[in-house]
Amino acid sequence: MRDEPESKVNIPEPIIMETDVLVVGGGTAGPMAAVKAKEKNPKLRVMLLEKANVKRSGAISMGMDGLNNAVLPGHATPEQYTKEITIANDGIVNQKTVYAYATNSYRTIEELDRWGVKFEKDETGDYAVRKVHHLGSYVLPMPEGHHMKKILYRQLKRTRVEVVNRVVATRVLTDRQGRAAGLMGFDCRTGQFTVIRAKAVILCCGAAGRIGLPTSGYLFGTYENPTNAGDGYAMAYHAGAELANLECFQINPLIKDYNGPACAYVTGPFGGYTANAHGERFIECDYWSGQMMWEFYNELESGKGPVFLKLDHLAEETISNIEVILHTNERPSRGRFHDGRGTNYRSKMIEMHISEIGFCSGHSASGVWVNEKAETTVPGLYAAGDMASVPHNYMLGAFTYGWFAGENAAVYCAETTAGEVDDAQIAAEHARVMAPLQCADGIPPNQLEYKLRRMVNDYLQPPKATRKMELGLERFAEIGEDIRQLSAADPHELMRAMEVQHIHDCANMAARASLFRTESRWGLYHYRADFPERNDAEWFTHCHLRKSADGKMESIKRPVEPYILPLDDEEKTAYQRLRVVKEASTV
Amino acid sequence: MTYAVQRTRVPVTVDEEKCIAHKGCTVCVDVCPLDLLAIDMLKGKAYMKYDECWYCMPCEKDCPTGAVHVDIPYLLR
Repeated sequence: MRDEPESKVNIPEPIIMETDVLVVGGGTAGPMAAVKAKEKNPKLRVMLLEKANVKRSGAISMGMDGLNNAVLPGHATPEQYTKEITIANDGIVNQKTVYAYATNSYRTIEELDRWGVKFEKDETGDYAVRKVHHLGSYVLPMPEGHHMKKILYRQLKRTRVEVVNRVVATRVLTDRQGRAAGLMGFDCRTGQFTVIRAKAVILCCGAAGRIGLPTSGYLFGTYENPTNAGDGYAMAYHAGAELANLECFQINPLIKDYNGPACAYVTGPFGGYTANAHGERFIECDYWSGQMMWEFYNELESGKGPVFLKLDHLAEETISNIEVILHTNERPSRGRFHDGRGTNYRSKMIEMHISEIGFCSGHSASGVWVNEKAETTVPGLYAAGDMASVPHNYMLGAFTYGWFAGENAAVYCAETTAGEVDDAQIAAEHARVMAPLQCADGIPPNQLEYKLRRMVNDYLQPPKATRKMELGLERFAEIGEDIRQLSAADPHELMRAMEVQHIHDCANMAARASLFRTESRWGLYHYRADFPERNDAEWFTHCHLRKSADGKMESIKRPVEPYILPLDDEEKTAYQRLRVVKEASTV
Repeated sequence: MTYAVQRTRVPVTVDEEKCIAHKGCTVCVDVCPLDLLAIDMLKGKAYMKYDECWYCMPCEKDCPTGAVHVDIPYLLR
């Protein structure tokens, strides 16, 4: 074997580019950040880097059917919303970040409205807000939400943001003072290694959606768009940023086998709900929280399982309406799945299941730590959207925090001069990125990824147990050794080879963060079978993970910031009373 | 070389009668978030090169001639 040529390709010199504000990720938060940076200071050079094509990239490539967290005057107040999110996250939130979102949520909606996004309005022209959460009303449907990406693209053109497609970011470049100084990556069509110097870097790389393996065993049947492999989490970690509460996993309710959201909360306002095998309602509120997932998981595993989406009691007109929303926006292939299975909302309940684990602040609370200005702990490095730590941020939070990040990065740039960068850093990354292309006889990325993600399911899926997670770390370490043997046949496979290394970092972070917090919290998201109780005395705290001085993962406690909106005792426990009371008494 | 070739039935199919890649169209290749489609240069037609589909459908929706069809991958059907 070894007499094959060592190198299959000639390695060209890196391409060097330069900009002021560099935004990574052209999905939701990224385009907003780029547009707002440019509007804040039109003299700045703003570049938007995307590993796919900004026209159809990210979590909303096909659009979105509604806003899950609109805080609209007359329907909800920022104070009420901030309290509800505090409660839904068992108290572990930086209220300032949630409140900053809530007070700017309406401004974002008005801007999107001006740009041409169509929200549902009632006969008086007011926004048609629905109640889905346990306490307040924040859901605003967008029946024509499939045009979202087109609208964003128009804004990128209008503001003359420089768009670079099909370049995959692999590491943040840092200067001698430890500040973000740009980015390294490669073109997934040509394999060309690329260095982009910048004064500020905004990471908008989406969720870590490829940590766990879907029950189907299909690598790309993930809940999240599988391009969102956890790149942002790994890049922020290696740049020295702190990541918050990663043990609070994302696990979502799904249509079984079809890995699109079940969207009980979309159907809720129309009378749909989550039911058990007897067609009975068992949770009072379909809004996603760890506690809701806990009740869902228990019902799924019980004698009354599995769990179903129940719509078959609704009128024809209502069901047609639901079909239009669910089958033409976020995941339009859903109708095709039902056709293939012969399932129809009209005649039968639809079997549901739970997703693989992941990280995503959009629906839970973990992520790269940011403050209310979207700043990470690394100077010049910002983060927004599903990968940043602001809890339950969803699409509207991604837009709002993208806006903060763009404006603040623009201000930072004007006050900053580019720092000096060590050439050795670039050379090391160049070698790391090119290695799989040079390995003619090694492990293909899909085999390594399958093994890694199966181990994640075996050892990290809740209920979590100490010994299992320790064994998981042993397996991950062995697979980590195998990374050196990764082989890529072409630049496309190279993209997968680099992604699987991000996934490997995320799997390690998920295990270590989960081992550190020796209590149970956030319902199913961090249920530790050997520490089943919530322990506020020791663990009413954030847990951060970072790279230590000797290059290892370390966990530390960070106190919960003083509340700006204190909760009363009744409010504190509201999300612990999700189970339908009648059901509980008959068990 | 120590690799096997494994056949897999891909979920994205292209109607070659309708596909106008030979006229320079690359829309489906451009919009795929996972970069799975390619143009067969000899035939001048688009095809699915990598079986890593998320069945998200921009390729089908954005195709100007309706040549692209997305099925749910067999594993999930």
